[in-house]
Amino acid sequence: MKAMKEGHVQIERSRSGKFQKHHMEDLIGRSYTMLCVGLLILIIVSIIYFVASKGLATFIQDGVSLGDFLFGSKWDPEGSQGTPVFGVLPFIFGSFATSLLAALIASPLSICASLFMTEIVPSWGKKLLMPVIELLAGIPSVVYGFVGLTVVVPFLRDTFPGQGIGIAAGAIVLSIMILPTITSIATDALSALPRGLKESSFALGATRWQTISKVILPTVMPAVLTGVVLGMARAFGEALAVQMVIGNAPHIPRSLFESTSTLTSAITLDMGNTVMGSVHSNALWSMALALMFMTFVFVLIVRVLERRNRI
Amino acid sequence: MKAKTIDKIATTIIVVFSLLIVAVLVGLLAFILVRGLSHVNWSFLTSVPQTIKAGGGIGPQLFNSLFLLVLTLIITIPLGLGAGIYMAEYAKPGRFTDAVRLVVEVLSSFPSIVVGLFGLLLIVNTFGFGFSLFSGALVLTIFNLPLIVRITEQAFRSVPKEQKEAGLALGLSKWKIITSVLFPVAIPSIVTGTVLASGRVFGEAAALLFTAGMSTPRLDFSDWNPLSPTSPINPFRPAETLAVHIWKINSEGLAPDAAEIAAGASAVLVILVLIFNLFARWFGNVLYKALTASKRTG
Amino acid sequence: MESTFRTENLSVFYGKYEAVKNISLDFPDQSVTALIGPSGCGKSTFLRSLNRMNDEISQATIKGKIWIEGQDINAPDTDVIKLRQKIGMVWQKPNPFYKSIYENIAFGPKYHGIKNKSMLDEIVESSLRKAALWDEVKDRLKQSALSLSGGQQQRLCIARALSVNPGILLLDEPASALDPVSTSKVEELIIELKRELSIVIVTHNMQQAARISDYTAYFYLGTLMEHGDTELIFTNPVNATTQEYISGRFG
Repeated sequence: MKAMKEGHVQIERSRSGKFQKHHMEDLIGRSYTMLCVGLLILIIVSIIYFVASKGLATFIQDGVSLGDFLFGSKWDPEGSQGTPVFGVLPFIFGSFATSLLAALIASPLSICASLFMTEIVPSWGKKLLMPVIELLAGIPSVVYGFVGLTVVVPFLRDTFPGQGIGIAAGAIVLSIMILPTITSIATDALSALPRGLKESSFALGATRWQTISKVILPTVMPAVLTGVVLGMARAFGEALAVQMVIGNAPHIPRSLFESTSTLTSAITLDMGNTVMGSVHSNALWSMALALMFMTFVFVLIVRVLERRNRI
Repeated sequence: MKAKTIDKIATTIIVVFSLLIVAVLVGLLAFILVRGLSHVNWSFLTSVPQTIKAGGGIGPQLFNSLFLLVLTLIITIPLGLGAGIYMAEYAKPGRFTDAVRLVVEVLSSFPSIVVGLFGLLLIVNTFGFGFSLFSGALVLTIFNLPLIVRITEQAFRSVPKEQKEAGLALGLSKWKIITSVLFPVAIPSIVTGTVLASGRVFGEAAALLFTAGMSTPRLDFSDWNPLSPTSPINPFRPAETLAVHIWKINSEGLAPDAAEIAAGASAVLVILVLIFNLFARWFGNVLYKALTASKRTG
Repeated sequence: MESTFRTENLSVFYGKYEAVKNISLDFPDQSVTALIGPSGCGKSTFLRSLNRMNDEISQATIKGKIWIEGQDINAPDTDVIKLRQKIGMVWQKPNPFYKSIYENIAFGPKYHGIKNKSMLDEIVESSLRKAALWDEVKDRLKQSALSLSGGQQQRLCIARALSVNPGILLLDEPASALDPVSTSKVEELIIELKRELSIVIVTHNMQQAARISDYTAYFYLGTLMEHGDTELIFTNPVNATTQEYISGRFG
C-alpha cells in the first residue's frame, strides 16, 4: 500500500512535470496528419496544373484549333504528307467505343453474377463467386493484354473477317477487367436490401424473377449504374491491355474487327518517340488532358448517382 | 403458368452466366499457368533476358518489381496512414473534409498513363531523377496513396468508439489513443488492405513506362553499394519491371521464344499476385492475434 | 454547504435541441449519487458532460458551469486531458482495451509517467483488488482482457478507471448488461469505493438506486424534477411523476 501511495505522488508530480507532453503529442500528431492531407491536395493540384498547362499549350502556343483537334479525323503528327495534322477523333472514338462496348458486355454478366450470389443461391453462391471475382480483379492488366493477344485475337481472326485486332478484341479484354468492379458494387447493393422488401413480394405470390425484375432491380439500379460508370472509367483509362490488342492504326474503323486506336494507346506508343515540347508531344498531352477531363466527368456522374441512391 | 416458365428461363440464364464467369477465370488461370509454367525454371527466374537469342530469363525484372514495391511501400505507408488517420479521427464534417474526400476519389480514378506522364514531366525531367526506380516509386505512390488512405480510414472507423472513450476517460492524449489504443485494433485490416493493394502496384506497368524506364542496366548482384550504378539496390538506376517486360516483349520482342517468355513471365506475375492475396489474409489474422492478444471475430 | 463537485445551471444542447435543461446539482464527497429517470431524459448526456466527453460530439454545446475543486471545467484554460485523468468513467457496455489484462490496467499509469516495473505491478494488483477481480485473474494477467466474462470485463474497466487515482467516478448504467451475480458484485464494489471517491451513477434499476446510493436525482425530459436523500425520495417523493416513476408505473 505504501508503494501505491508513492505511485500516487508520482502521478501528481509527473502531471505537473510534463504539463506540455500531451499537448506536444497532440500537436505533432495533428500537424503530421494534416501535412499528409496537404500533400494529397498538393499532388492533385499539381497533376491538374501540369497536365492542363501542357495540354493547353497545343492550342495556345502551337495554334492548333480545338475544333480541328477534337473533330478532325486525320492524325499525321509528323507531317508525312506535308503539314502535320492533329485530328484525334479516331482515338476518342476508339476509347468510347471500346469502353462502352466493354460495359455493355460486362454489365449483364455482372448483374447475373451478383444476383446469383445474393438471390439464387445465397448459401454458397458468394463462397464460389467472390474469390473468382477477387482473382479476376487481381490479375495485372498486361497479363490480360497478353492473353487477349494470344487467345482472343486469334479466335476473332478465325471466326470473323479481318485481322482479329480492333474494337471487339479490346472490348472483350476490357469487359473481363471491369467485371469485378461492377459485380462487387452490385453485390454490395443487393446485400444491403432490407429483408422485408423481397418477402412482401413473395407473399403476394410473385415468382422469383418477377420479384427480381419488378422489385429488386429497380431498387438497386442507381447503385448498379454507379458500378457500370466506375467500370467504364476504368476501361476508358486502361492503357496497355487495350494497346496490345487494338492494332493502333490511327483511323476510325469500318468494322469491329479492324485495327484502330484509343487515347491511351496512342499516348503509350508515341510518347517515347517524341521530343518534349514539340507539337507532337504537346498534342499527346492534350490527349492526356482529354483523359483527365473524362475522369472528372465519370466522377461527377458517380456522385450524382450516389446522391440519387441516398434518397 | 407462364410466369413460372419465365422464372425458370431467367434463373437458368443467371446461373449460366455466373458459371460462365467461373469458367472464364478457370480458363484464364489454366491458360496462363499451363502455357507459362512449362517455361518457368530456376534459370528462367534468375538469368538475364536476351534480345535476339532464345533462352532469356527474367531475373533482373523480378528483382526490380519486388524492390520497386518495397520502395513504394516505404513512401506510401507513412503518408497514407497519416492522411487516413486524419480522415477518420480529426476531420470534422464540412466543406474541407468533403473536398479531401473528392480529392481521394479523383486521384484513385486517374488513368495510370496520365499519372505516368505527370511523373515523366515533373519527377523524371523537372526534378531530374531520370528514368529510375525512385521516379517509379514516386509515381506508384501517387497511384497507391488513395487506396491506402481509404483502407486506413475504414480500418480506424471500424474500431468500436467505446475504445476511444475509454482512452479519453483515462486522460490520454488523442494522439496516444490513436497510436496505442486504436492502431493495434486497426492494423490487421490495414495490413490486409495494403498487401492487396500491393498486388495492384506489382502488376502496374503503364505508369512505369516513362518513369522507371523500359530497360535495366547490367546488374552486379555482388555489388551492394547503393550508389554504384550497377548495384541492384541503387534506387537511381533505370529499372524495367516484370509487368513492363511482359508488355515490351509482346509489342516488340525479337527473341524467337518471346511468346514463351511472355507466358512464363505472366505465370510468375499471376502466381505472385495470388501469393499476395493469400498472404494478406493470413498475415492480417496473425497480426490481430499478436497485437490484441485475442482472436479475430468476424 | 456547497460541495467541491457540483453543476450550476448546466444546459447541454445538441444543435438546437436542449437535452439537459438548467440543472444545478451537488455531488458530496464520499457518497454515491444516482441519476434516475426514463430513457431519453438526459441523464446520460448530463453524466457525459461532467468529464467533457461531449466534446467529442461536434454539435454539442454547453451552457452553465461545472465546478470541480473550485475550477470551472469548461473554462478555456482547462486542460481537458488532465481533467479527465481525475475523473474515471465506466460505461454500460464493458470496453476493455484489446490488450492483456495487465496492460489494460498498467496502460494509464505508464502514460502518466510511471516507468518502474515493480510500481506498475503494485498498481495493477491494488487496482484489481479494489475492483474485486484480483483473485480471479492473478494467474492469467498476460491473457487477453477479451477472454474474460462480461462481468469480469466490467470490473476490469472499473479497475482500469481506478488505476490513475481519480477523485470522481462516473458510472453509466454499469450493471445493466450483466447477470445478477455480477451485478451484485459491482454493487458491492461501488459501496466499497465510495469511501475514497465521489461516485455518480446513472441507472434504470430502481432497486439498485435504492440499495447503493446516498442521494438520488430524478430526471424527466431534460429537467431535474427532484433531488435529495435516497431514502426520502424513495419513501416520500414530493413530485407526483417521481412517485409514478419509482413505483414503476412508467419508464
